[in-house]
Amino acid sequence: MSKPEKLIADGIRLDGRKPDELRPIKIKVGVLNRADGSCYFEFGGNKVIAAVYGPREVHPRHMQKSTSAVVRYRYNMASFSVEERKRPGPDRRSIEVSKVSREALEPVIFQEYFPRSAIDIFVEILQADAGTRTAGINAASIALADAGIPMKSLVSACAVGKVDDTLVLDLNKDEDNYGQADMPIAMTPDGNITLLQMDGHLSRDEFREGLEMAKKGCTAIYEMQKSALMEKYSSQIEGDNSE
Amino acid sequence: MSNEIIAELRKDYIYNLMIKGEREDGRTFNQYREITIDTNVIDKAEGSARVKIGDTHVVVGVKIQPGTPFPDTPDQGVIITNLELIPLASPVFEAGPPREDAIELARVTDRGVRESGALDLSKLCITPGEKVWMVFIDVHVLDDGGNIMDASALGAIAALMTAKLPASRFGLGDDSVVPLRDVPVSVTAVEIGGSIMLDPSMDEESIAGTKLTVTSNQAGELSAMQKSGVHPLTTEQINYIVDIAIEKAKEIREKFLVI
Repeated sequence: MSKPEKLIADGIRLDGRKPDELRPIKIKVGVLNRADGSCYFEFGGNKVIAAVYGPREVHPRHMQKSTSAVVRYRYNMASFSVEERKRPGPDRRSIEVSKVSREALEPVIFQEYFPRSAIDIFVEILQADAGTRTAGINAASIALADAGIPMKSLVSACAVGKVDDTLVLDLNKDEDNYGQADMPIAMTPDGNITLLQMDGHLSRDEFREGLEMAKKGCTAIYEMQKSALMEKYSSQIEGDNSE
Repeated sequence: MSNEIIAELRKDYIYNLMIKGEREDGRTFNQYREITIDTNVIDKAEGSARVKIGDTHVVVGVKIQPGTPFPDTPDQGVIITNLELIPLASPVFEAGPPREDAIELARVTDRGVRESGALDLSKLCITPGEKVWMVFIDVHVLDDGGNIMDASALGAIAALMTAKLPASRFGLGDDSVVPLRDVPVSVTAVEIGGSIMLDPSMDEESIAGTKLTVTSNQAGELSAMQKSGVHPLTTEQINYIVDIAIEKAKEIREKFLVI
C-alpha cells in the first residue's frame, strides 16, 4: 500500500476512530495449560499470547542472583505475523524490544521474594499490526498476575503518535508507516512511567500533550486488564461454591 | 564478590554526595565532563570522528559504498549503524555476538540519525530500485568511562559531517559531500535516588535506577527518546529531563558541531 493522501479527515482516522480512541481490545486470561500463567491479548489487528513460567530454577546456573529472582522476557514474532515473511528467531529489533519490555515490568515484580530463581516471560506475536510491544507488555502483565507472581500493580501500555500534524492514540499499521512520530509508553496505575521510547518528530509541547494522551490510554487499558482478571477469578470462586 | 562489596560502598558514597547536591568528580548535576571531538582520524574511512567525554573514548568510522536498496524504499539510501562493546574497553565486556546493551546503544544511535532526518536519504539514490549509497556507521568503543550513548551519537553525527560520497572510486562521477540536513544531539540523564544528573560517569551509570536519552534536532524538537533501566520515572521527571536535554543539546551543537 502506498501512502494514503490523508490519514485523518474531519477529525476521523482511516479506521473510523477519533484521535484519542483506542482500537478494540479483547483479553482472555489463562489460555495455556502448561504455563503457570498466560494471557491472550487482541489489540486491534495484533494477536499476542503471553506465558509466564516460574518462579523456577535458573538455567544456566551462573545467571542466578543470590538476593532476588531474575526476570527474563522473550519477545518473539511468528514468521507469518507480518506481510513479508519474517526470518524466525531473534533479530536486533526483538532483542531490544525484549530488553525494554522486561524493564517495563520489572519494577512491579517483587523479585526479592524469590532469590536464586527465575521468572520467565514469553511473548509470541501471532499477528502484528503496529503496537506489538505494548500489546505484549499488556498481555505479560496479566499473565504474571495469572501465574500468581506477587506484584505491586499491573502495567499497562499503549502508544501515541503523530499523523498529519495531529496527535493520535494507539497507531495502526498505516499510521505507523506513514506517520510523523511514534511513542510507546508503559505505566503503572499510579502514573509511574516504566517504558518510554520515541522516534520521529515532536515539539516539546506535542510531547507533553502526547504523554498525557498516552496516560489516559493506559488508564483505560488498566481497567480492561483488571476486569479480565476479575472475570476469571471471581467466576472460579462462584464455581467452587456451587460444587 | 569483592567487586560487589566495593560496588555497595561506592553506591553509598555517590548517594551521600548526591544528597548534598554534589558528584564524585565535582561537577554540578547538569554539567558534562570535558568533551573533545577530532574528525578525520581514519584516512581509509569516508568519514570519522574520535569523541572523548571524560574518560569515555569512542571512535566512529563511516564507510559508504553502493548497494541494493530495500524493496520497500527503492529510491532511498540505506543507513546501517553498528556498535560493539569489545572486551578491550572494559573488564565487564565479553567477546562474542553483541548483547542487548550493545544492540540498544546501536539502535538508539541509529534512530537519532535516522529520525531527525539528518541524512537526506532520497539524495543517496543512484539508480532507483537498483543502486543506492549504503552508509555504514560503525561505533568502536575503546574505553568505557560511562555514557557511551552520548559519545556514540556525537561521534556518529560528527563523522557524517566530515564524510564524502566516494563516487569517483566506483566510477559514479565526482566525490561529493554527504547530504546533511540536520544535526541531532543526544543527551542522557540518569535518575539516582530521585535526583537527575546529566552525562553519568561509569560509577553513576552503574548505580543509576534508570537512564533517559533524549535526542533533539536543530529546531529544538524531539527526534528520539529511549528510557533504559528498571526504575520508573514520573511525568515531572521526564518533562524536566526533556527540557534540560534540549538546552544542553543546543549548547553542545553550537560548541562542537558547526556545519
